[in-house]
Parts: sequence; C-alpha cells; structure tokens
Amino acid sequence: MTLPLPVKIVGAAVAVAMLACVPLVADGYRLSLAIGLLNYTVLATAWALFSGPTRYVSLATVAFFGIGVYTVAVLGEVLAWPLVLLIALGIGVVLALIIGLSTLRLSGVYFVIFTFGLAELVRQLVTWFEVNKTRTLGRYVFVDITTDQIYWQLLALAVMVFAAGLLIRRSRLGLALRVIGDDETVARHVGINVTAAKVALFMLSAAFMTLCGAVMAPRWSYIDPAIAFNPVTSFQVLIMALLGGVHRLYGPVLGVVPLTLLFEFLLANFPNHFSILIGIAFMLIVYAIPNGIAGLAEKLWARVKGARP
Amino acid sequence: MFVEALLTGITLGGMYALVAMGLTLQYGVARIMNLSYGEILVAAAFAVFWLFTVAGFNPLIGMAMVAPAALVINWVIYRILLLPLVRRAKTRDALEVDSILATFGLLFVVQGVMLVLFGGAYYSYSFLAIPVDVFGVTIAANRLLALAFAAVIGLALYIGLTRTRAGTALRAVAVDPVSAQLVAIDVRAAAAIAFALGGGLVAAGGVLVSMFLTFNANIGVVFTMKALIVVIMGGVGNMLGALVAGLILGLTETFVATWIDPGLTLAATYSIFLIILLVRPQGLFGRGGR
Repeated sequence: MTLPLPVKIVGAAVAVAMLACVPLVADGYRLSLAIGLLNYTVLATAWALFSGPTRYVSLATVAFFGIGVYTVAVLGEVLAWPLVLLIALGIGVVLALIIGLSTLRLSGVYFVIFTFGLAELVRQLVTWFEVNKTRTLGRYVFVDITTDQIYWQLLALAVMVFAAGLLIRRSRLGLALRVIGDDETVARHVGINVTAAKVALFMLSAAFMTLCGAVMAPRWSYIDPAIAFNPVTSFQVLIMALLGGVHRLYGPVLGVVPLTLLFEFLLANFPNHFSILIGIAFMLIVYAIPNGIAGLAEKLWARVKGARP
Repeated sequence: MFVEALLTGITLGGMYALVAMGLTLQYGVARIMNLSYGEILVAAAFAVFWLFTVAGFNPLIGMAMVAPAALVINWVIYRILLLPLVRRAKTRDALEVDSILATFGLLFVVQGVMLVLFGGAYYSYSFLAIPVDVFGVTIAANRLLALAFAAVIGLALYIGLTRTRAGTALRAVAVDPVSAQLVAIDVRAAAAIAFALGGGLVAAGGVLVSMFLTFNANIGVVFTMKALIVVIMGGVGNMLGALVAGLILGLTETFVATWIDPGLTLAATYSIFLIILLVRPQGLFGRGGR
C-alpha cells in the first residue's frame, strides 16, 4: 500500500491521461455517462472535502451548483468563457462566506437546517427576479462549448479537487480540521481558530460545486430555476459520498461509480418510483454501512492482516 | 387592509406555532432532527382530502381519524426506524447526524409515494368557505375554525405538559435525559411518546392547513423548514417560544406578501432566521449554553 511518492504521481498522471482519451473513443451515450460520473465525482468529493473532516452535513450542494448554471445562462453569451467561470466562482465563494460566517460559529444543527432550505431560497429568489425584473422564466443556454470540452473541463476540475484535498490533508489546516472533527472543544483549547478553519473549507468546497455547475450548464440547452436548483442533486451527492465513505479522499468516488450507474438504470426503468427507490437505497446505506465502502474495505483489510501473524 | 392582513397573519402564525410545537417535542425530547416532518403534514392533508372528496367525511371527522393514525404511525417509525440509531449513537451529536440522514431518506420515500398517488398538481377542497364578518373585515369561516382548533389543541398540549405527571416527565427528559433516568423516568419510552405526539400534532396541523390552503406533494419541505425556524427562534423545547415565534413568522410573511411582494415571503423568513442566528442563537426564550 505504501508506494514512494514519485510512483504515485506518475500513476495518477497516467490515469488522468487515459481518462482524457475517453472522448476520442467513446460514443455519445458512453460519453454522456462519463460526464455524469465526473460531474458527481467532483460534487461528491467537494462535498466530502468539507463535510468529511468537520462532520457537518451540508444539504446545499445544488444551491451552489445551480448558481454556477445560472451564471452561465445569464452571462454565457455576453462574456468570454473564462470570465464567466470566474464570475460564477466569485458569486459562489461570497455566498459560502456569508453562510459560513453566520452559521458555522454555532452548533452543527443550525448549519444543517440553514443549508436544508438554502436551495429553495435561492430558487425562489431567482424565480422572483426573473418574473419581476426580466419578465421571463427560463433561459436558453447558447454557449459555444462542445460535449468533449465539457468532459475535459470536468476532468480538470476533478484533478483540482483531488489535488486540493491532498494538499489540505498535509497542511496545518488539514490537521486543524481533523482535531475539530474529533473534538471541537479540544480544538478551541489548543488555539485553533475553529470558525475560520471551517469557513475557509466551506468556501473551497462551494467553489468547486459552483464551477462544476458552470461547466455543466451547456449540457442543457434550456434551463429554468426548477431544473438548475433540483433538490434531488443535493440528495444524490450526499448519498454517493456517504456510500463511498467521507473519511478518505478517494472514498466518494467508490460511491459515485455504482450509484451513478444504479440511478441511470432506475431512471430508465422506474421513472415514477425513482424518488422512493433512492430514498430506500439511502436509508439502507445509513443503517447498514455508516462508514461507507472505504470504511468497510479498511475493516476487512485490518481483519485479513490481523489473521496473518 | 391592515386588519385583514393581521387576521390572515395570525391564522397562518397559529398553524406554524402548532406545527412547530410538534417538532420541538420531537427534537427537544426525542433528540430526533426530523427532516421528513413536513411530509407527515402533507400526507395528512392528502388523507383528509381523500376522505372528504371520495368517502364524504367532514374534515373535522377526518381529523379525528387522521391525527390518531399519525400518532400510531410515528410511534412505529420511532420504534422500528429510529431506535436502532439511538442505540448505535455514542453521543447526542452522533444521534443528530444519524437522524438527519435517516429522515432525509424517509422524506424522499414519503414524497415519492405521494407523487405516485396524487402527482405533482396542486389540490384543495372547499369546506366552510363562508364569508364571516370580523371587525369589519370578511374572512372565510374555515380559517377561523382552523385558528380556533389550533388554539384549543395548543392549549391542551400546554396544560398537559405543564400540569400532568406524564407531561412533567417529558419536560424532564428534554432538560436532561441522564438525570431523568435517576428519578425513574423511562427515557426511551418518553422519547417514543414525544415523537409520536409530535407526529400527531403535525398531522392535525396538516388537516387544518388543508382547509384553507392549496397543497401539493412537494410542499412538505417548506413546512419542515418553517417549523425548524420557529423552533430555533423560540428556543428548542420551549412551547411558549414556539407560539410567539410562530405568530411572528406568520405575521411577517403576511405583511411581506401584502405590501412588498408575495414572491419574497421565503426570503423574509430566511432574513428573520439569519438575524436570530446572528443575534440570539439560543432563541428568543431559550437559555444560553449552546
């Protein structure tokens, strides 16, 4: 399990290079499946970046994702693409800062409750603004971005999320977060600025979610607030991250792959009962594998190692 | 205009207060942060709708059937779904996280069942839609009836909790579950009863709300959210706080809808929530310590 660092880096580079070739060989359906996988990998890993070490359950993934989507829908035609991404990023980070500063000083429950309603609030505000100010509900996304480009951008984003996760783990911030997750009172007593650490990480996590939404926006040709801020997205990200395991950086991916395929299957075969089925799947995960696949694998590994003297 | 908005706001606020009282029981006593709370409300509304339009039962008789049924169902939910989490949880915070996740899953299951049965359309029925003259304003009789029932149920609950032995036991668990065991209170049984009572209350609230508001299968989340805000505003476990906070929320929403814009009511709700979190996170009537 313990390989030297250069070997790891080369291995990761080879894996990314191989993934980058997917659009060259895959047909339309497989490519869209790959985009779905990458999309949820970015979202679930970004979610676990914050919620894993701090154990604060965020239910607002789609609020940031939707902001990204909407920024592209509004500005995509008038500004250059990098500028649009930058603006989306700015909006997401500032919103995360406001929410973080007002709720993360308090016990975790307040944060959960606030994020629970945040997507609904943003959706209603956008709807209100569109109906009253622009007098249209729903927009067409006209951006000159091909499906292949979306895939590559998502891949780049995924690499960035993992790199950020690795860097944080090795930094003082990562250590501080682990102490906070274990015991917040202890963290305070050893001189960690608990609020600053939590808010910083929440902003980083939100930044990735917003960017992911912005990159994904050209996938839809038409969007309205109900599509961009669909609460099922938050739910899916949460269940994927939990299934995979949030205490390891690679954990969420282990949940993303099986569940994306499962959702694809369920949506195709049981569209009317989709919500019931994913609800049941989610509860099974919460009850049966509280530490996720990563936790389960480690437990088994420890048992195998323990059996061998 | 002002008196009309005031009356509408008080009716709405009374509903919020009643619904929040149930949630404060579930969260304060049973320590379950129930995100599927609003779905019970919507389910009760649909049940009464069905009883009224198809089976021909008066909604008040419907309430007498739906609320006890919800009580029993919630007791079963607690015993089967939530007790394993209570046993597993090492700390209160761990139970909170686990219950949030489990009820979040339950939310989608219940919502999915209602979507299959009734679709996404809005429903309403006409019951006692007779104009009544109050202080020179006309208001529908069903609203007044709902308000009266909310007041009666809330008062009965308040007296039950403060004046009876069983009610005192519930409040003792809310204050300190460990010490409550020392004075021979069965904390798990008390938690199950509190959770069931909360479910019965929210079902009653759902029936009353359905008399004068339109509802659909997706609206539960909004009620959960508002109930949570009212509970935090009033202070967790505080009945009187829930009443005052519920009225404040109902009046604010009505005033914003009347004079500013109906599309901004949720934004107003959230602004209040943010201000409370920033200024008095322990709630208007809560004691410090958090």
